[in-house]
Amino acid sequence: MTRWAMVADLRRCVGCQTCTASCRQANATPPGVQWRRVLDMEVGEYPAVKRAFVPVGCMHCDDPPCMHVCPSTATKKRADGIVTIDYDLCIGCSYCAVACPYQARYKTDRASFAYGKATASEEQGFDPKRLAVATKCTFCADRIDAGLAKGLKPGIDPEATPACVNSCITQTLSFGDVEDPQSNVSQLLAENQTFRMHEELGTGPGFYYIWDKKVEETPS
Amino acid sequence: MKDNFGVNPWHQTNWDFRAAFNFMFGGAGSGLLLIAAFSGIAGNALRAELLLGMALIGAGLISVWFEIGRPLRALNVGFNPHTSWMTRESYAAGLVFALGLAAVWLASQPLAQAAALAVLMFAYCQGRLLQAAKGIPAWRVPALTWLVFTTALAEGAGLFVALAALFDTPARGALAYFSLALIARALAWSIYRSGVSKTAVRAALAVLERSGKILIQFGTIAPLALLLLGLLAPDVARIALLLAGLAALATGWQFKFVLITRAAYNQGFALPHLPVRGTQ
Repeated sequence: MTRWAMVADLRRCVGCQTCTASCRQANATPPGVQWRRVLDMEVGEYPAVKRAFVPVGCMHCDDPPCMHVCPSTATKKRADGIVTIDYDLCIGCSYCAVACPYQARYKTDRASFAYGKATASEEQGFDPKRLAVATKCTFCADRIDAGLAKGLKPGIDPEATPACVNSCITQTLSFGDVEDPQSNVSQLLAENQTFRMHEELGTGPGFYYIWDKKVEETPS
Repeated sequence: MKDNFGVNPWHQTNWDFRAAFNFMFGGAGSGLLLIAAFSGIAGNALRAELLLGMALIGAGLISVWFEIGRPLRALNVGFNPHTSWMTRESYAAGLVFALGLAAVWLASQPLAQAAALAVLMFAYCQGRLLQAAKGIPAWRVPALTWLVFTTALAEGAGLFVALAALFDTPARGALAYFSLALIARALAWSIYRSGVSKTAVRAALAVLERSGKILIQFGTIAPLALLLLGLLAPDVARIALLLAGLAALATGWQFKFVLITRAAYNQGFALPHLPVRGTQ
C-alpha cells in the first residue's frame, strides 16, 4: 500500500515563503488563503532567542476529524492517505474547519483577487466551484495522479510532486511514500528525529517534522 | 526541551452567532417539548407548547441555514449518518417535526411523548456535535455533551414554568422537574469545568468562568430561591416562578452564546522540539 506523506526538515527552513507562493500560483488560491503556510516562531528572550520556521497546512491525517464530522461526505480519504474535498457535495457548513486541529481549512464566500480585478492568470485559475465551500491543501493530488499515470515517481520526479516541494529552495520539504522503506521520506525518517503536530490528539498526521539527527548508539 | 513552543491559539472565525442560535433555540425548544409532552397538559395548551418548541428548534436550524455557504445544497447534510453528529442531528430534527406535527394535528399525547423521545436524541446530538469538533479545546471535552444536554432540559423547563406562570400557578410536578433540571445542569457545569481547565487556553477559561458564574448564581441559585419563595409566599408565587423560569432560560442561552462565540479558541501550533541546526 502507498501512503503519501510530507517531511519538513525544520533545520533547513529559512522562512522564505516560496512554498506558499508556489502553492498559491499552482492552485490559484485567493488572497488570504494559504494552503501551505510557513509559521515564523520566535522563542526565548534576548540574547537567548531562537527562531523556527514551520511549514503547515492540511496534515492528511490517518484518522481525519474533518472527514468524520463532515455531514455531506464531501471530505473523504483516499486509499493512498490523501484527504480530499468534493466541492460539488460540500454545503459549506465549516464543521470540518472547527474539527481540524491544524487550522488548515478555508472558506471564501465570494471571489476576490489580489488587485481587485482578476489578472489573466487569476482568471485562468478561478474555479467558481470553490466558492462558499471548504478548501484546503490537496497534496497536489492531480499532479500525483497525472504523474503516476505517466509512470513517474512522486517525490522524485518534479512533474509528479507537489508544487511546494518542487519550489523549496533549501530542500526543507520532501514528499514520498512512507510505506516504502526505500523511499526518500522513509530514509529521512529513519535517519532523523521527528515529531508530528499535536500527535496527542490521535489524528495520525501524514506530515512529519525533522528537528535533529538521530543519536548514533555507541557499542559498549 | 520539555516545553512546547508555538503560535498561541486564536479564536475560530468559522461559526458565529448564527451557529450559537442553533444551540440556544434548539436546546430551549427541545426542553420545552419534552416537559410539555409529559406534564399532563392536553388539548390546545399542549398544541401551543409543542408548536412553540418546534418553532424554536426550527428557528435554530434556519439560523444555521443562513450560515452555510451553499444553502441550496442543505439536504446534503443527511449523507453521513455513519459518523457525523450533524447528520444525526438533522435526522433527529426530522423525526421531531414529523411526530410533533402529527401530535399537534391529532392532539395526541402518545405522539407528543414519542416526539419528546426524539427531542432527547436531538439534544444529545447537539452536545455530541460540539464535542466532535476536535480543533476547539473548549468543545472537545466529553463532559460538554452532558452540559449541553442538561442546559436544554433546564432552559425548556424554565420556559415552560414561565409560560405557565403567566396564566396560572404551574403544577408541583413541573416545578420538581424544573428544580432537578437546574441541579443537573449545575452538576454538569462543575464536571465540565474541571475537564475544560485541563485543555482550554487561559482566554477561553476566563470567559467560561465568568459565564459559568452567571449560570450558577443567576441560573441555579436564584431560580431555586425563587421557587422556594413561590412555595412559601403564594401571593408572589406567579411572579417568582415567572422570574425563575426566565432566569434559567436566559442564563442557559448566555452560556451557549459565550461557548460558541467567545470561548472557541483553536488549538494553535506547538512544537515539542526546536530544530537543532547544523546537524543535517
